[in-house]
Amino acid sequence: MKTIVDVKSLTKNFPVGAGFFTALKDVSLQFNEGEFAGLVGPSGSGKTTLLNIIGSLDVPSKGEVVVLQRSVGKLSPKEAAKLRKEELGFIFQSYNLLPVYTVFENVEFPLLLLNMTAEERKERVMETLKWVGLTDKVKSRPAQLSGGECQRVAIARAMVKRPVLVLADEPTANLDSKNSHNILQTMLKLNEELKTSFVFATHDEKVISYLKRIIRLEDGKVVADELIAKPSK
Amino acid sequence: MKLIKTAFRSLIGNGLKTWLNVFVLSISFVMIIIMQGILQGWSKQAIEDAVRWEIADGQYWQEKYDPHDPFTLDSSTMQIPEVFATDIKNHLIEPVLITQGTIYPDGRMQGVLLKGIQPDQHLLEIPTDSLNKVTDEIPVVMGAYMARQAKLKLNDVLTLRWRDRNGTFEAADIRIVGVFKTTVPAIDVGTLWLPLDRLQMMTLNEGCANVLIKSPEKEVIDIAGWNFKTTEKLTETTLLMVKTKSIGTSVFYVVFLLLGMLAIFDTQTLSIFRRQKEIGTMIALGMTRKQVVRHFTMEGSLYAILALAFGAVWGAPLFYYMVEKGITFPAVEAADFGIPMGDTMYAVITPGLVIGTVLFIFIVTALVSYLPAKKIAKMNPTEAIRGKAL
Repeated sequence: MKTIVDVKSLTKNFPVGAGFFTALKDVSLQFNEGEFAGLVGPSGSGKTTLLNIIGSLDVPSKGEVVVLQRSVGKLSPKEAAKLRKEELGFIFQSYNLLPVYTVFENVEFPLLLLNMTAEERKERVMETLKWVGLTDKVKSRPAQLSGGECQRVAIARAMVKRPVLVLADEPTANLDSKNSHNILQTMLKLNEELKTSFVFATHDEKVISYLKRIIRLEDGKVVADELIAKPSK
Repeated sequence: MKLIKTAFRSLIGNGLKTWLNVFVLSISFVMIIIMQGILQGWSKQAIEDAVRWEIADGQYWQEKYDPHDPFTLDSSTMQIPEVFATDIKNHLIEPVLITQGTIYPDGRMQGVLLKGIQPDQHLLEIPTDSLNKVTDEIPVVMGAYMARQAKLKLNDVLTLRWRDRNGTFEAADIRIVGVFKTTVPAIDVGTLWLPLDRLQMMTLNEGCANVLIKSPEKEVIDIAGWNFKTTEKLTETTLLMVKTKSIGTSVFYVVFLLLGMLAIFDTQTLSIFRRQKEIGTMIALGMTRKQVVRHFTMEGSLYAILALAFGAVWGAPLFYYMVEKGITFPAVEAADFGIPMGDTMYAVITPGLVIGTVLFIFIVTALVSYLPAKKIAKMNPTEAIRGKAL
C-alpha cells in the first residue's frame, strides 16, 4: 500500500495570551491509499487541527507532515493551494456551500480552478451528482436543499475532481440519523469504487461504525490506532 | 476568465442588493457623462457662437489695442493699412473702430463702447444692415441685454455724447434701429454698434480702426503695427471660463460618485465579514488568498460593468435627448455668466468622454472593492472556514 500521508512527530501550538496552547503533541501517523479512517476523540483533542494540517490549511509548529510527497510546512501558499486544488477534497460539518451558487455551480467550482473546458466540467459534474443522487437538483440553491442534500452536494464538490484524499470534518454533525447513514454509505461506496482515501475527524458513533481504521486522540496525543477488520456497517 | 466567471456568479447571486448598487452606480455613470457632455457642449457652443458673432476667422489688432484697458482705445486707433483697401470693399476684412461714449437714457448717464462697423458686413452675425436705415439721428443697433438693462427699445431716441480725436466733446441724438438677441456678451453688454464711416466722421478718425476682422477666405499677412490674433487665441479666455465653471460643476459628480462608491464599499465590507466561511471554503478548494482577494475585488469591480450596461439602457435615450433637444434654462442670461451661453444647451457626448468616464469609474470601483478585500490576505483559512476569522 502506498503511503499518501506521513505525519512525523507533529506538534502544533497556538498562541494564547502570552503563552501557547498545544493542540497536538508529538503525533506520528501514516495514511495509505484507499483508507477509510477516522480521527476520533472528544472536542479539543486535536482532530480538526490535524485534519487542517494534512489539508495544508495550517502548518506544523514542530515535526513534519508529508502529503503526497510534499512537506506541508515547506510549501509556499501557491504550492499549498495547488495541492488542495488538485489532490485534496474537503467536507465540512456545516457544508460550507457557496450560498449564491446553484448545486451545479457549487460542484463545478473546483473544476473551474483546474481550468477544465465547459464540456468536460459539465460531464464531470453531472456524473458526480449522479453518484450522490442529486441530478434533479442541479439548479437549486443551497437554501432550497435539506441538510442531507447539502452534505451530498459537499461530497460531490469534494469528489468531482477525483482527489486522492478526502478530509471530512464532522460530516454528519448537522444531520439526522437517516441522512447520516446515507451520506456515509455514499462515501464508503466512493471509497470502494474509486479507491479515494477518506480521513474523518469525528466523535459521532454513526461515523465510527463505518470506519475501517480508528485513530483515537486525547489531549493532542494518539492514544489508540486500530484497524477494524469488519466495520459494524 | 475563471475569476470573472466566479465573481460574476457571486454578484448575480446576491440578487436585489446587487441590482440596487448597480442602479446607484449607473446614476453616477449617466450623470457624470451628461454633466461632462453639457460642459463640452457649452465649450463647443461658446466657441462657435463667439466665432459667428464676434471673432470670425481671427482679427488683426492694432498693436496697442487691449480690450481690457479702455485707455488704449485712443492710442490704438490707427489708419487702416492700404493693403486691405480692396478686401474691405469686398468684405473680406471688416474694420471696427472703437471709442468710448456716454448715453443718457431717461436722464440717466451710462458709459458705453461705440463700435463702428460697415453696415453691409456679413462676417459677423450682428444684424448691421439695419444701420443702413436713413434717419435724422445716428442709427445704432444694440444687443437685447443692453437694451433691457438701459430700458431701451426699438426706435427709441436718446442722446449720445463722445469725444473726437482732439478731445473735444460732441453730442447728438441716436436712434435704435435694431435690437438683436445674441449669446455672446462681449458684443452686447455696454456696446452700441454704429456705421463705421459715421463713427469715423464723428471722432475725426477717417480711415481708422482698432480691429480688423478677417474672413476665412483671406490669408494672414504680416502688417506693421498690427498683430494677428487667431480664433484659438481669441477664444482662450472663454474656454478658461468654461473650465472654471466646470470645476464647480465637478462637485456634483463627485457627490454622485461618492454615493455609488459608498454603496459598493459598504456592500463589500459587509460581504467580507459575512462571507468568511465562503472565503475559507474557496481557500480550501484550492484558491490562494491572493486569488480570493482578486475574486472579491473583481466582484466589486463588476458592479461598474453591470452599471455601465444598465446605465446604457436607461441613459441612452437621455443622452439622445440631451444631444438632440438639449436642456433649456429660460431664466439664465448669457450676459450674467459673462460667457457665450445659449438658452438651450446641448450635450456633446464623445466616445472619448464615455470611455474616459467608464475607465475612471472602473478604476475607482476596483480600488473601493480592493480596500475591504485586503483583509482576506490576513485571514487564517482554518478560522475563516468556521466563520471566525474576523
